[in-house]
Amino acid sequence: MTERPIYLDNNSTTFPAPEAVEAVLPLFGEIYGNPSSTHGFGQKARHELELARENVAKLLSCKPAEVVFNSGATEGNNTAIYAALDGMPERKHIITSRTEHASVLEVVRYLEQSGYRVTELNVDRLGRIDLDELKNEISGDTALVSLMWANNETGVINPVNAAGDIAKQFGALFHVDAVQAAGKLKIDLAEEAAIDYLTISGHKFHGLKGAGALFVREKAPFLPLIRGGHHESGRRAGTENAMGIVAMGAAAGLLNREMAKHVEHMKLMRDRLQSGLLAKCDDVIINGDQQDRLPNTVNAGFKFIDGEALLMMLDAANISVSAGSACQSGGLEPSHVLKAMNVPLSAIHGSVRFCVSRYTEPEEIDAAVEQISAMVMRLREMSPFGHTEQRGNGLSAEELEKHKAYFATV
Amino acid sequence: MLTYSQKIKDHFINPRNVGVLTDATVLGEVGSMAAGQALKLYLKLDDTEVIRDARFQVFGSPSAIAASSALTEMLKGKHIDEAARITADDISQYLGGLPPEKMHTCVMSMEALEVAYARYRGIDLETELDENGDLFVCRCYGIPEHKIERAIRDHNLTTIEQIAHYTKAGGGCNTCHPDLNAIIARVRAEMPSEAPKPAAPRPSGDMTNLDKMRAIQEVLDREVRPGLAMDGGDMELVDVQGNKVYVQLHGHCNSCASSSATMKFFVEDRLREMVDPEIVVIDTTEHSDQLHAPPMR
Repeated sequence: MTERPIYLDNNSTTFPAPEAVEAVLPLFGEIYGNPSSTHGFGQKARHELELARENVAKLLSCKPAEVVFNSGATEGNNTAIYAALDGMPERKHIITSRTEHASVLEVVRYLEQSGYRVTELNVDRLGRIDLDELKNEISGDTALVSLMWANNETGVINPVNAAGDIAKQFGALFHVDAVQAAGKLKIDLAEEAAIDYLTISGHKFHGLKGAGALFVREKAPFLPLIRGGHHESGRRAGTENAMGIVAMGAAAGLLNREMAKHVEHMKLMRDRLQSGLLAKCDDVIINGDQQDRLPNTVNAGFKFIDGEALLMMLDAANISVSAGSACQSGGLEPSHVLKAMNVPLSAIHGSVRFCVSRYTEPEEIDAAVEQISAMVMRLREMSPFGHTEQRGNGLSAEELEKHKAYFATV
Repeated sequence: MLTYSQKIKDHFINPRNVGVLTDATVLGEVGSMAAGQALKLYLKLDDTEVIRDARFQVFGSPSAIAASSALTEMLKGKHIDEAARITADDISQYLGGLPPEKMHTCVMSMEALEVAYARYRGIDLETELDENGDLFVCRCYGIPEHKIERAIRDHNLTTIEQIAHYTKAGGGCNTCHPDLNAIIARVRAEMPSEAPKPAAPRPSGDMTNLDKMRAIQEVLDREVRPGLAMDGGDMELVDVQGNKVYVQLHGHCNSCASSSATMKFFVEDRLREMVDPEIVVIDTTEHSDQLHAPPMR
């Protein structure tokens, strides 16, 4: 048991930056006006909102007018997809990938039932999409290509620049879910000219939950998802979540000043964690491409044990991590991302995600590695597959057969 | 993430009887890496066929570990024939109720016990499977039809979701859902109609008072009353109010003050372990002419 709780689940949510919290405090006091009101109270709040918009625009290297505040990434992804399809009514094809977040996958699978054709690009063993597959699948009927900048489970980075160029050649709109990229990778929308829509969420980069932003390029078609007012220039109705937005603005401001330093720190912590795990544990694989990867994410597959069991043991020891997307399905299914990558059966159930932040300290990493390796060993001692003499040659013939049957269906 | 009862957490963090029994009388093994869970159950029987020791090795989720641990505790001291009657629901109840999504872990424990029993008694389970000509209905988890049929019958299941909770079948790629619906329709048509039972006990975290009373009664019936009966006594559950459990001793027990104090702590201990750590047992036993009612407050 570690004395202070250790948080290694920073792709789920992050510690609110003290600077962001401080920026919000006046909104609990004198700055309580409705940003849409023309009087003094309203205009004070409006001013804070526009400062936040400038900070977010700077983070993305876009124009402030291209930033639409909303409730977060799920809304952003939904909005972008519906807006793009509405703008291309004659086209009936959507391209995305198998490792997207549910707020993209479930939307396009829903649209598939109402007449759209959907292509989910495959990924290779390292979680990378194949641009040739995109070239083969895209056509003049493709309305939208929607890809994530970086994957939340593995941290694998997609070649959005190249994918965007392909989308443009066919006149398709291009949406990027950049939830995990913000604060960890440089996002330059002036340079990435092919991106029409881009989603971010404040609480993933040390803001508060409940506020996000959708970048909508100046000339891109748009359709509001939520109607009922002129907020956000008619693009998102409903009184703005001023507190969440101001916190996101402050968090973005912080990144505008010192992101390079934070990224450097995250990389150091991530590499310390990964090399610690590889040194202390046998039979562990790192899931996903290690070159083009977020600076803060390690997805490790501990063979012969169950990820939820490891997660709960670590939780009891005050260390918070996440096991794939098990939480969405009650722990029944291995993560759809790892399945799409064909992670070996021996490791897929024992895959756990560790994500550091700029606040993670080296002592925390060392303590976590110590605990993780001890618990992996404990679970393996318990496991009928966990003993060296039994696992020697990997899977039995029967298990291999079942493995093949299993993956033939996914 | 699912919420687990204290008892499940305890059996997960401190599992009882983990390991190999090198001198086991019989071994039951089920599951595989493909199924995402596997269990080896080792039993050691004495000359009178009473289980003297039970150990296990398990690969699986926290509930799979807790269910295996619970089963080994339940088995010790039981005659093998009596042990073979333990059901998945019994294991779940012992743990204070598993979340429905995790019932398949209790089913796995029960199946390992079945395999061990069949092997011990020389019943050929393998042949039985072959004659059924079973193919996997759910290819994701390798679940054959007869297991699905049985879960529907044993637990009165009506939906694909419930089948996934109890067997894992249908919890993967979804392509077998039409087959599962056909199996549900066929098996339910064959089943005698009766009042539907609840498919799974509720986890103790959000137990209703009725559920709690049922769980307490269960513990009294299994752990307390048989012992008292041997001495010609009995214990009655009078009422449950929040975490206060009112009981009344009968027969030889109600005349002996010291034994009733010992009883209170023994019963309290068992109930705290199995139902709710906050439970307080209140002995309302007076002389036999007193009313059997909780004190008014």
